[in-house]
Amino acid sequence: MAALKFEDAMTRLETIVSELENGDLPLDESLKIFEEGIRLSKTCLKMLDDAERKVEILIQDKEGKKRLRAYTPDAEDADGSSSST
Amino acid sequence: MGTHPQRILTVSELTLLVRDRLEQEFPDIWVEGEVSNLRTPSSGHLYFTLKDQTSQIRAVLFRTGVQRLRFALREGLQVIVRGRLTVYEPRGEYQVVLDYLEPKGIGALQIAFEQLKEKLTREGLFDRSRKRPLPFLPRRVGLVTSESGAAIRDILAVLRRRCPILGVLIYPVPVQGEGAAPRIAEAIRALSASGKVDVMIVGRGGGSLEDLWCFNEEVVVRAIADSAVPVVSAVGHEIDYTLADFAADHRASTPSAAAEAVAPVLDDLIRTLRDLRVRQERAIRTQITLVRHRAQDQYGAMPALRLRVQRHAQRLDELAGRLGLLVRDSFSTLQQRVTACRHALGVHSPLARVRRALVLVPQLFKRVEQRMLTVLVFRRQAVRSLAATLDTLSPLAILARGYSIVQTVPEGAIVRRARDVSVGDEVRARLAEGQLLCDVRKIVSDP
Repeated sequence: MAALKFEDAMTRLETIVSELENGDLPLDESLKIFEEGIRLSKTCLKMLDDAERKVEILIQDKEGKKRLRAYTPDAEDADGSSSST
Repeated sequence: MGTHPQRILTVSELTLLVRDRLEQEFPDIWVEGEVSNLRTPSSGHLYFTLKDQTSQIRAVLFRTGVQRLRFALREGLQVIVRGRLTVYEPRGEYQVVLDYLEPKGIGALQIAFEQLKEKLTREGLFDRSRKRPLPFLPRRVGLVTSESGAAIRDILAVLRRRCPILGVLIYPVPVQGEGAAPRIAEAIRALSASGKVDVMIVGRGGGSLEDLWCFNEEVVVRAIADSAVPVVSAVGHEIDYTLADFAADHRASTPSAAAEAVAPVLDDLIRTLRDLRVRQERAIRTQITLVRHRAQDQYGAMPALRLRVQRHAQRLDELAGRLGLLVRDSFSTLQQRVTACRHALGVHSPLARVRRALVLVPQLFKRVEQRMLTVLVFRRQAVRSLAATLDTLSPLAILARGYSIVQTVPEGAIVRRARDVSVGDEVRARLAEGQLLCDVRKIVSDP
């Protein structure tokens, strides 16, 4: 799990943008938090980008051991020709 | 007057005869009636009277039978019982010795449900304060449900539509019938302990009350309550709640609703991030422009200075503008990649293609990041040198070094060349501190 949670990064980024828009900070301070904001933006996009979508299902083999396997949704056909419970 | 044709019995003998007769005639009977005069002495046996409108009969349930009861007996309860008739000789009372009871009409299941619900409520398992918030952007979602059927299909479809980057780990279980409850509980415990998921959905599609019953079983409810990871229950019944629903951190009325609760809308996130970047960059540009204006106001009297300041400020604006363009480009490219990713997944393409598409994004990002850092560093230096220049060009700094500004009187025109004035003219010399009013005595030109 990333040290910084996505939600916290977004919140901090919103705070930075508010402060910059208020324009009360001296220029040097503004540039500093602007840099921080750029870093946070980049981190958030990276978190979205790193998340690789994998759908996996736990199956039990003949020896009774459990392992993961990629899930192929055979039930996703429009005609609903899947086996039901 | 009574003669005595038969032999005379003792009370005990008579009672025994009656008892034998009754036991032979009624060795196995089913009776229905209302419970009253319930007594539960410390021996552990249960004594009560079974009655209807016009008759009553005594009943006893011995301790072993009491332990096997799946519900608690109470006054006024309508029951169906099974037992044998006998006589309790010390009192001369006939009674039915029971070996089975069930509540009539409502059904043993329902009573057991009510009692389990009460017990778990008292333990605090359903308290609001125990319920945890769901993670905003989970890395992986766990699914405890049947691997076929509408529920899993709906959940996966909603997840893919809202946030195609989420991982999913499915632990398939039977969701009805004998033995389903322990398997469901096992799945919940395993996912909780694995540390592989940040949230899990437990549920199934719609069905009859009997079909859903495994989600009322104590073993499932306890597994949910013990879970280290937030649990969303989705037992496909709009109106009724199962005990699993009460124990869960969030209850969804359908499997689709559960997926909606768990997944944020990816497009919204990206759009928000982009808006924040645009606003951020606009704000800093505004501030730099403000600084430029302020500098201009202060040194506006000096035309040469103003030109230098303007040129620096223009350079800053130019750089800020380029930065904005870079930001816009990087976002539109990312958006395209995510859209491509979604389309690729929708056509059931193998994971490899998805991976390849996604690999390009970090590379793109590296380039953008490097460019941005370079631009940023350049800008900071530009601002610093601007400030330094302003300092050295400040009239006060020049004066402090020992120079003075000479101006004609009364026009106030600045004298730069000695031959611009004549002998006898009055001039004013502005020093770092104070001024001198002077008369020109002699003109000396530079060779």
